[in-house]
Amino acid sequence: MNAMLTDHYAELLGQVMGYAYPNEVEIQWSILIVIYPYLTGLVAGAFILASLMKIFKVKELQPTYRLALLTALAFLIVAPMPLLMHLAQPLRFYEILVTPNPTSAMAMFGFVYAWYLMAVLLIEIWFEWRHDLITLAQTTPSPLKWVYKVLSLFSTDTSPAALAFDAKAIKFITIVGVPSAFLLHGYVGFIFGSVKANPWWASVLMPIAFLMSAIVSGIALVVVVYMVLQGIRKEPIDMPCVDKITSYLFYAVIVDFTLEALDFIHRLYQSEESVNILGHLITQKLFLSLIVMQILLGMVVPLLILVLAKARNFNEELRKLLYFTAAILILIGIFAMRWNVVIGGQLFSKSFRGLLTYKLEMFGIEGFLIALVVLVLPFPILALLIKLLPSRAVVEHAAPVHA
Amino acid sequence: MKIPEQIRRLGLVVVVLVVSTLVLRFVLLPDSVVSTKLHWAQATAREAAKLPKHAGSTACQECHEDIVSKKAASFHRGLACESCHGPAIKHTQDPLAVKPPAPRDRKFCPVCHAYDPSRPTGFPQINPTTHNPLKPCITCHNPHDPVPPTVPRECSACHGQIERTKSVSSHALIECTTCHVAPDRHKTEPRSALPSKPTTREFCGRCHGVGVAVKEAPKEAPKIDLSTHGGRNLCWECHYPHLPEGHK
Amino acid sequence: MNERNCGQGSAEGGESRSLSAQDGQPLPQAAQSMSAGEAYISKRRDFIKGAIMFIPAAGALAAAAAESPKADAPKTETPTAETPRQEYNPAEHLYGMGIQIDRCIGCNRCAVACKAENDVPDEPVFFRTWVERYTILRSGEVSVENISGLRKDPVHDERDVIRTFFVPKLCNHCANPPCVQVCPVRATFTTQDGAVIVDSSRCVGCRYCIQACPYGARYLHPKTNTADKCTFCYHRVVKGLQPACVEVCPTQARIFGDLKSKASRLVRFERMNMISVLKPALNTEPKVHYAQLDGEVR
Repeated sequence: MNAMLTDHYAELLGQVMGYAYPNEVEIQWSILIVIYPYLTGLVAGAFILASLMKIFKVKELQPTYRLALLTALAFLIVAPMPLLMHLAQPLRFYEILVTPNPTSAMAMFGFVYAWYLMAVLLIEIWFEWRHDLITLAQTTPSPLKWVYKVLSLFSTDTSPAALAFDAKAIKFITIVGVPSAFLLHGYVGFIFGSVKANPWWASVLMPIAFLMSAIVSGIALVVVVYMVLQGIRKEPIDMPCVDKITSYLFYAVIVDFTLEALDFIHRLYQSEESVNILGHLITQKLFLSLIVMQILLGMVVPLLILVLAKARNFNEELRKLLYFTAAILILIGIFAMRWNVVIGGQLFSKSFRGLLTYKLEMFGIEGFLIALVVLVLPFPILALLIKLLPSRAVVEHAAPVHA
Repeated sequence: MKIPEQIRRLGLVVVVLVVSTLVLRFVLLPDSVVSTKLHWAQATAREAAKLPKHAGSTACQECHEDIVSKKAASFHRGLACESCHGPAIKHTQDPLAVKPPAPRDRKFCPVCHAYDPSRPTGFPQINPTTHNPLKPCITCHNPHDPVPPTVPRECSACHGQIERTKSVSSHALIECTTCHVAPDRHKTEPRSALPSKPTTREFCGRCHGVGVAVKEAPKEAPKIDLSTHGGRNLCWECHYPHLPEGHK
Repeated sequence: MNERNCGQGSAEGGESRSLSAQDGQPLPQAAQSMSAGEAYISKRRDFIKGAIMFIPAAGALAAAAAESPKADAPKTETPTAETPRQEYNPAEHLYGMGIQIDRCIGCNRCAVACKAENDVPDEPVFFRTWVERYTILRSGEVSVENISGLRKDPVHDERDVIRTFFVPKLCNHCANPPCVQVCPVRATFTTQDGAVIVDSSRCVGCRYCIQACPYGARYLHPKTNTADKCTFCYHRVVKGLQPACVEVCPTQARIFGDLKSKASRLVRFERMNMISVLKPALNTEPKVHYAQLDGEVR
């Protein structure tokens, strides 16, 4: 064994507080596994926000509908990356698709993901943009023309009947899509929640808490992306739209906060065997990331900001600033939540007698820099998607097709 | 009803994708990729075919009959040859070229025999620093028949910790055999011939009972009234006889 | 005139005209007597026929492969010292282990032998089996230490200690294994004779099994980059040998045996002792049974 690794293990061993099973000393699931539920959560949340508009006909959200769909797609494309990079044998990844274990939540998630991507998101996007794609196929010069032709699947029917059908199809897919989005991220919660060996993870509330926090983060993401995009385009921000979105954000944060408070109170009251070591975990290892970042900065402060913004009738500029700040804080807070679940669950020993340390390296495939790249990657992809698929109905149309 | 154009196109794409996926998975991919039964059989066979490194307890007697039979009658009869000599299958395959190591220093035997409070009481333990310092253990103890050269004082060879505890207690001058009757076999098969413990309160009462006229009862032994003290319990069920006054 | 002269220019090979020579001549010669266009057409027909035949042929091949010998018994050619006896039938055995806490002297020979036998990495963070020391103080405080790693001398004053003992730990080869349940690719599985093993040629290294094991028995092997753990020395057991840890234990604190056997040390162990398992509430049904296990052991 080379000297660097020996030193690395000696360092890890030296940082064990109390007793841990020897094989636990090396933390197995790294920051990449923190990022992946974060990304799928953003997908589910952005999609659910878009779906709200369609299903409940919330007209104010119109300016962000297409943007939310493209955001979901951009993040969904990147989501498998951290998973693939984390595998110790990445070239064997196909085995999960070819010989999946039906009792394994991780294996089944691959199919849930594929279903959601193919059957829901891509099809909804296709229907939403079909008319525009046809128009663009006719108007853009080669070679982009052929890209649009292929994307439109060589469709040409733009009759009112066809457009009406598009609208109905979108409605239908959205109705199928919302439970699919719930399943997409609830499943991720289940992957953790079903591990009975780990009392920090094993909870019936885990899939629900994951889903709620996903919705919160997705809505916050759409707020941020919309405001930044309008800034880049030098266009005004539709205030009724962001007012409405941040209302939903507010309610979502309240529900999320309630769920997490319930989990906490329940654990404390039941006082099972693991409560002692978990208490030590929170106070000694997770104080900064849980109490400060996830709860205080990630939920309480944004809630206060949003209450303030709603209660007092501030002017537009101040509201924009408050909304943006709250959304950014929420995004950081939800990332901290994923960290606290994934890394936190590995920082205590299953002997319930010790605490461990996670050393995040700077370089290396599971290091900080690569993690940053993965987190940032959806944005250039989103930019490309926005360039390709206009976020507003193309001008040549007589009237917007979605009502 | 006429199927709308977009459904026809989308449907075609979906059908092509689904069919090609199904064909790929269920028709084109060979068993070596998709058959779990095959994988498991192969993995089991691969695991079973790995080469052992330890030869096993019966392998040595083919050539080392004399040592094995000597050891089988000794205190080390339960100790496998490879516990001390290490994995030796290469030696069984080429005995002249590969020789297993034989630990001859003072560092090896204390791995089992150094005193450690977590070891079960009765397991023979010594203090490696004070027990015949500097001499290799094998000077006095043949590892294949490790009976010590001199008969140990009473029971202290195996029960050293009890002996040490008792020696600084008020029961220091009481011999083990006063209270415990140990059959001779206990020295060679300890677990199958256990010594006895006193079965009556009157036994301890011979020294500690009030009003008991026992000639050898020491005057300084604390006296209690057997009829009222301690209910029906045997004395040693509460009082630790090897250190009755307890730790400070 | 050759009847196969079907005329040039008919491009689409839609007709299912037999290509066998109708005048009895073998095909190649008949082909040679065709015009270039006809040869082209007949070659296309050959190709299309071949392509159409491919799918059922592949299916037939797949079906034939599925009928490969029973996946349960390990394949052996000639029995040697290195391969299991030809007559070994895994279905006749069910392996388990018994551990007697009262006998363990904490000498660590088991962990050392295991590392030697199974090429476990040397570092003190990879163990297929290890031994823990429990020290329970009069105050009720419990202190645990891994003596198979960097062993430290006992730190507590003996006068404060009320109980202290060693506990060997290893994979419990559970009958209801959470690791097998969660493996996404079925790389870890239970053999017919009760051992839970990892197929290191298929493990993708997702580490879900390591997370799911309540006993900390698994680790990711730094060389193979796959999950690894105790296999009950399967390669020894199928040859009638004992696992290495059982072999070298000086006090027979570890007992290995076949629960299906009529004469097995393990069966007697089950009969004569009060048996405990680790973390029974998790219902993993471990097959490593402990006798004289203290309630403080996790």
